[in-house]
Amino acid sequence: MADSSTPPLLDIDRLISDRRTRIIVCCGSGGVGKTTAAAAIGLRAAEHGRRVVVLTVDPARRLAQSMGLTSLDNTPRLVHGVGADVSSGSDQEGNGAAPGGSLHAMMLDMKRTFDEIVEAHADPDRAAQILANPFYQSLSSSFAGTQEYMAMEKLGQLRRADEWDLIVVDTPPSRSALDFLDAPQRLARFLDGRLIRLLTGPAKVGGRAYLRMINAGFGMVTGILTKVLGTQMLKDVQTFVSALDTMFGGFRERADYTYQLLRAPGTAFLVIASPEPDALREASYFVERLGEERMPLAGLILNKVLRPAARLSAARSMAAAEVLQSAAQQPAAQSNSVAIAALRWHADRMQQVTAQRRIAEHFTAAHPLVPVAEIPAQPDDVHDLDGLRRIGSAFGQA
Amino acid sequence: MTTRDTDWDGVRLHVVTGKGGTGKTTVAGALALALAARGRRVLLMEVEGRQGIAQLFDVPPLPYAERKVAVGLGTAADEGGDVFALVADPESALLEYLEMFYNLRHAGTALTKLGVMDFATTIAPGLRDVLLTGKAAEAVRRKNVRNDGSRGRHYGAVVMDAPATGRIGRFLNVSAELSDLARVGPVRGHADTVQSVISSPETVVHFVTVLEEMPVQETLDGIAELRALGGIRAGGIIVNMARPVELPANQLEAAADGQLDTDQLALELKAAGLDDSPSLAVALAAELSDQARTALAQRALEQRLRAEGQPCYELPWVTGGMDLAGLYRLAVALREQRAA
Repeated sequence: MADSSTPPLLDIDRLISDRRTRIIVCCGSGGVGKTTAAAAIGLRAAEHGRRVVVLTVDPARRLAQSMGLTSLDNTPRLVHGVGADVSSGSDQEGNGAAPGGSLHAMMLDMKRTFDEIVEAHADPDRAAQILANPFYQSLSSSFAGTQEYMAMEKLGQLRRADEWDLIVVDTPPSRSALDFLDAPQRLARFLDGRLIRLLTGPAKVGGRAYLRMINAGFGMVTGILTKVLGTQMLKDVQTFVSALDTMFGGFRERADYTYQLLRAPGTAFLVIASPEPDALREASYFVERLGEERMPLAGLILNKVLRPAARLSAARSMAAAEVLQSAAQQPAAQSNSVAIAALRWHADRMQQVTAQRRIAEHFTAAHPLVPVAEIPAQPDDVHDLDGLRRIGSAFGQA
Repeated sequence: MTTRDTDWDGVRLHVVTGKGGTGKTTVAGALALALAARGRRVLLMEVEGRQGIAQLFDVPPLPYAERKVAVGLGTAADEGGDVFALVADPESALLEYLEMFYNLRHAGTALTKLGVMDFATTIAPGLRDVLLTGKAAEAVRRKNVRNDGSRGRHYGAVVMDAPATGRIGRFLNVSAELSDLARVGPVRGHADTVQSVISSPETVVHFVTVLEEMPVQETLDGIAELRALGGIRAGGIIVNMARPVELPANQLEAAADGQLDTDQLALELKAAGLDDSPSLAVALAAELSDQARTALAQRALEQRLRAEGQPCYELPWVTGGMDLAGLYRLAVALREQRAA
């Protein structure tokens, strides 16, 4: 049996070089560097000769700028200075990229994506009616699952467009890593649900006996809803719901299509986590959930891993700092402040390294077969292509 | 005994927000402990169903009920008050609301089975929010009869572990969010009551951040958003997981530029009795250089935060993972800085 503390190595270079890999989904809880990791993977894949599009949801401003994304315009934009673009007159240094690669990036505009679905599924009059409804506007811009649903919808669209041979998706910054798997289904189920049908009027639901029962139910439901919501609001809801009625099937179908896409060969999930208890707990849930759904997990990327340069234990480092500290208190002592600061800092880092390692070992003990790749902690925020390349180069050391 | 003078005297509802990964729940917990002084009862409320409070206080998952989870931070002079926790979910809040105002508990349960709740909160996310903020407002306003027969507030303070910064304006601006949807009617009336609590001087919104670009930017955006909304008070900026730099200020820039004198460092390391000091010096200087670069970037971010003019607090990094002892340490730090 393998040593439970050393997981198999996740070879990202092999994953992105494999032409059969068509979709990489980066998921994980918020604040773990998911967007940066997704961008770094996309860039590295492009420089391995893939035609890549990175779909990002909410990038840091400077990261977005580094990829030439200045607005949420819902359209993939070519990132200059990458792959084939380099040889066509860019001033970037050669980076050993394979020929033919390119990188596009786009930021998701969830409202526009939703609007487009409505427009695709309803005749112009009805579409206009839906788009103007206050409930639609609320749903399309602030429903907790809309962003996830639209990210998956966009993924489906990009896949169908077939202009790219690799799509890297950065999932929305949900409260939980699982949200994006559930939200599309939830929204589809909701828009498709029996209650919403109930509200559109009992006549649509079915046979006569059933109708009587439903009518009673309907009376009670609307009675209470009227009490709570008021007549006007209920009327607005009903108007909205009946306008959407024609699209129910469409929503469900689209959600199913994307769900199948996620399970298809060629899709790989990467779970991103930082070596912190909360992030790895989420990662654990996610790994288990992917297993249940039979979704193809490629492995875990551990981001922000500390790798101190000096080989000196925390204890020895602290002890040495203390020696210097007491020496500094002697009369006429030299100032050792830099050495003391360096040793204390190093000791602190070594303690963190120990903590990180312990947390990572917990994960591996629970999921011994999940391959792991590490990205070293960066001293600065990443805000240019070279920063992304540095991260990507960590994948090359596998 | 004199009344403690804190930055937030008179505040009853502390809404704690922050970007994911900044330790929002931890800070909310520490703030609750710090506020529970002199026998003051504090409610710590969670609204996103993550059971973060249960994990924080190392207790089993919490129901929709107010349960005591800890005793607040005491002093030599007095004991801490009790800290209660509540995990509020919109569905239970709606059932409670139906029961309280319409005496409709059974019907409410039936409606839940029919999926009405799912429906109502999906079709109008503002409705979900108003149920959650409504629960907080109810806890803030709740009165009880004291031993001497006078009526007083049940809770001295309510701390809400709120949604992330990106959603906070929308979450708290319930009345406006619902105004397009519900122009009149009971929901509207309820929303207006809740809004009056949130927009009162008794409520502030604290922002938890770490000194990294994106959380800081979101904090600044969040504060700007609240100011633009008007009526909802921004509270303190709490810089979490801060790691002070031990390097003397005059060495910081040199270190960041990789200009440290490694020969001198090697001599000092040798004096400390370490072997192979030249190569060790190079490695340590590289680490220190990384730290100095981070520190300079953090300093710039901190200046941006301070420029906002809100009170700023700093909470130390707790080595070895967060536990109850660490939480009390943070509570002490908050109280020392007059955040509570």
